[in-house]
Amino acid sequence: MLTLLFDGIAYGMLLFILALGLAVTMGLMHFVNLAHGAFAMAGGYITVLLMQRLDVPFLVCLPLAFAGPALLGGVLERTLYRPLYRKPHLDQVLFSIGLVFIAVAGADYFAGSTQQIMQLPEWLKGRTEWGSGAFMLGMGHYRLFIIALCAALTVGLQYLLARTRWGSRLRAAVDDQRVAAGLGIDVNLVFLSTFAIGSGLAGLGGALGAEMLGLDPSFPLKFMIHFLIVVAVGGTSSITGPLLAALLLGIADVAGKYYIPKLGAFIVYSLMIVILLWRPQGLFVRQGGRK
Amino acid sequence: MQKRRLPGARGIALSIALATGLAALPVFAQDKPFKIGLILPMTGQQATTGRQIEAAAKLYMAQNGDTVAGRKVQLLVRDDTSLPDMTRRLAQELVVNDKVNVLAGMGITPSALATAPLATQSKTPLVVMSAATSSITEASPYVVRTSFTLPQVSVPLADWASGNGIKKVVTLVSDYGPGIDAEKYFSQRLSANGGQVTEALRVPLRSPDFAPFLQKVRDAKPDALFVFVPSGASAAVMKQFLERGLGKAGIRLIATGDVTEDDQLNAMGDGALGVVTSHHYSAAHPSPLNKQFVQAFEQANKGLRPNFMAVGGYDGMRVIYEALKTTRGVGDGDALLAAMKGQVFESPRGPVSIDAQTRDIVQNVYLRKVERVDGQLYNVEFDVIEGVKDPGKSR
Repeated sequence: MLTLLFDGIAYGMLLFILALGLAVTMGLMHFVNLAHGAFAMAGGYITVLLMQRLDVPFLVCLPLAFAGPALLGGVLERTLYRPLYRKPHLDQVLFSIGLVFIAVAGADYFAGSTQQIMQLPEWLKGRTEWGSGAFMLGMGHYRLFIIALCAALTVGLQYLLARTRWGSRLRAAVDDQRVAAGLGIDVNLVFLSTFAIGSGLAGLGGALGAEMLGLDPSFPLKFMIHFLIVVAVGGTSSITGPLLAALLLGIADVAGKYYIPKLGAFIVYSLMIVILLWRPQGLFVRQGGRK
Repeated sequence: MQKRRLPGARGIALSIALATGLAALPVFAQDKPFKIGLILPMTGQQATTGRQIEAAAKLYMAQNGDTVAGRKVQLLVRDDTSLPDMTRRLAQELVVNDKVNVLAGMGITPSALATAPLATQSKTPLVVMSAATSSITEASPYVVRTSFTLPQVSVPLADWASGNGIKKVVTLVSDYGPGIDAEKYFSQRLSANGGQVTEALRVPLRSPDFAPFLQKVRDAKPDALFVFVPSGASAAVMKQFLERGLGKAGIRLIATGDVTEDDQLNAMGDGALGVVTSHHYSAAHPSPLNKQFVQAFEQANKGLRPNFMAVGGYDGMRVIYEALKTTRGVGDGDALLAAMKGQVFESPRGPVSIDAQTRDIVQNVYLRKVERVDGQLYNVEFDVIEGVKDPGKSR
C-alpha cells in the first residue's frame, strides 16, 4: 500500500519535472511547444552517453543535462521559435511536431535506436524498507532521490516566479508585452531565459527519467501525451496546478496498474476525461482569472 | 574541361555495361540475377533486429560467394520500420517490380502476417528470419521459418522449472502475439507438470514504468517470475526486479532468451548474473562452427556480438542458397519451396532441420544461466532439450 503510494509519488514527481517546462511555455508564454519532449530526450542522451562513454559520475551529468538543453533551447528560441510567437497555435503545433521528428531521426542516427541502459551509482541502487504487511513501505533510493530533488526544484521555482524581480518581469512581459517593454523590461531577454530554463528542466527530467522510463529515440513521442495530460489537467496558470496533477496521475497510474493490471494503462486517460469534463480549465485554475 | 570529360567517361562505362548486358541476355535467361528481397526494420524501435539480420546475411554471402549454381545472387534490402502496411507494400514492390525470387526477413509478427497472403498469391517463398509467433507458418504454405517460436522455448523452460522445485509462478509478458504465446504455452506446460500460474500479468508494449507490476509480483510471493518482453524493455524489468528486492525475497527470475539477448546483455550489468533463460541460441554456444561464426561476425561488424536474430538471418540465407543449389539455379517458387522443406544442417546454434510438414524450424533448446566469461556477460548453456518442434503445431 504505502510502497505503492511512494512509487506513485516518485513517478508523479518525475512527470512533473518533465512537464514543468511545457507548462511554463504554454501557460506563461502561450506557445504550444510539442517539441518539449525532444529537450528531455537531449538531457537523457547527454547523461547516458557521458556516463557510458566517458565515465562521468551521475551527479556531474545532471547539471550538464540541464545546461545542454537549456543552451539548445536558448539558441532555438532566438532562431526558430521567436518568429512563431505571434502565429496561430496550429502553426506552432505543426512546427514543433516537425522538430520532434527531426530530433527522433537525429537521435536514431547519432546514438542508435536501441534502448540506452544506464548504470546508476551504487548508493542510489539500494532500497530501504519499514514496517510489514499492508503498511510496509519500501523505498527505492533512486526514487527517494527523485522525490527530494524534484521537491527542492519546485520550491525553488515557485520562489523564483513569485518573489524575484525576474519572476515579476516575466509575469509583466506575458500580460502585456508593449507596456512591459515601455517600462524598460527587456521582453526578449525575459522570454529567452524563460524558454531556456524550461528546456533545461526538461533535460534534467529526461536525465532523471532515463533510468525509470527508458530512453530510446522515440522518447519525445512516447511521453508527449503524458506531458500534455499533466498540463491539461493541472492548468497552466501556476506551477502548483501541474504539480498536483502530476502527483495525482502518477499515483493513479501506479495504483491502477497494480490493482487492475488489465485496465492499467487506461486509468490515466479515463481520469483525464473525467477531470476535464468536470473542470475544462484544469483542476487547479481559479475561476475568473484570465481566459 | 573536367566537366566535359566526366559525362563522356560515364557514357562509355554505361555503353560497356549495356553492351555486356545485352550480349549476355539472349544466351541464358538464367543469367538474370537471383534476387532475394530482404525486408527488415532498419530504423525505429526494432532496428537492431534489422541490423543484425542484414549483417548476418551479408556475412553468409561473403563466406559462400555471391554466385550459386551459375546465378548471381542479389540481396535487395528494404526498410519497413516495423510497420506492417509498409512491409506489405515493400513486398508487393519487390515481387511485382523487382521480380524477386524469394522474400525474406520479417522483423515482427504483424509484418510477417501482412506479407504472407502476397507470398501465397505470387507463389514466392517467404523465409521468416525473426518473427516468432507460432501461427505465422500457418498463414501461408509458402512461409519457411529459420528463427524460432515462443512456444518452442517456453515449454522446455516450464519443464526445467518443475524439475527445480518451482511450483508457483507469476507470468509477466508484453501484450502482443509472441507474449501471449509465451504465456499460454508456459502456463499450460507448468500446470500439466503440477505447477501453478497464480497470476498472469500482461503489460502494454510501451509500458513506461514496471514498478507497479513488479510490486504486485512481490506481494504475490511466487517461487519464480516468468518474463517475456522484447529485448528493449528487458533491462528495465531486470533492474527493477533487483531494485525492488524480489531476488532477496526468494523469487527467481526465469525468462525466454529474448530478455538476456546477447546484444544488450553486457550493458545490463551484474544484475543479470544468474538469470536462467531458455533459448535456441547463445553467442557462447560451445561448438567450433559457432566460434567461427561469432569471430567472423565480430570481425565484419566492428566487434558487434551476434544475437539470435543474426543466427536466424544466417541460417535463412543458407536455406535459400541450398534450395537454389538443389534446383540447379532455376528459381521457380514451388521448386524452391520444395527444396527448402526438410533441409537438415548444422547451424551455429547446433543441429537444426526444417520440418517438411510445418515448414517451421526444429532445433535444440538450451537452458542457460548468465555468467561472466572473460570479463563479459554471456548466456552459458547448462542443459539441452534436443530436436524441439514447435509445440504450437503438434496438436
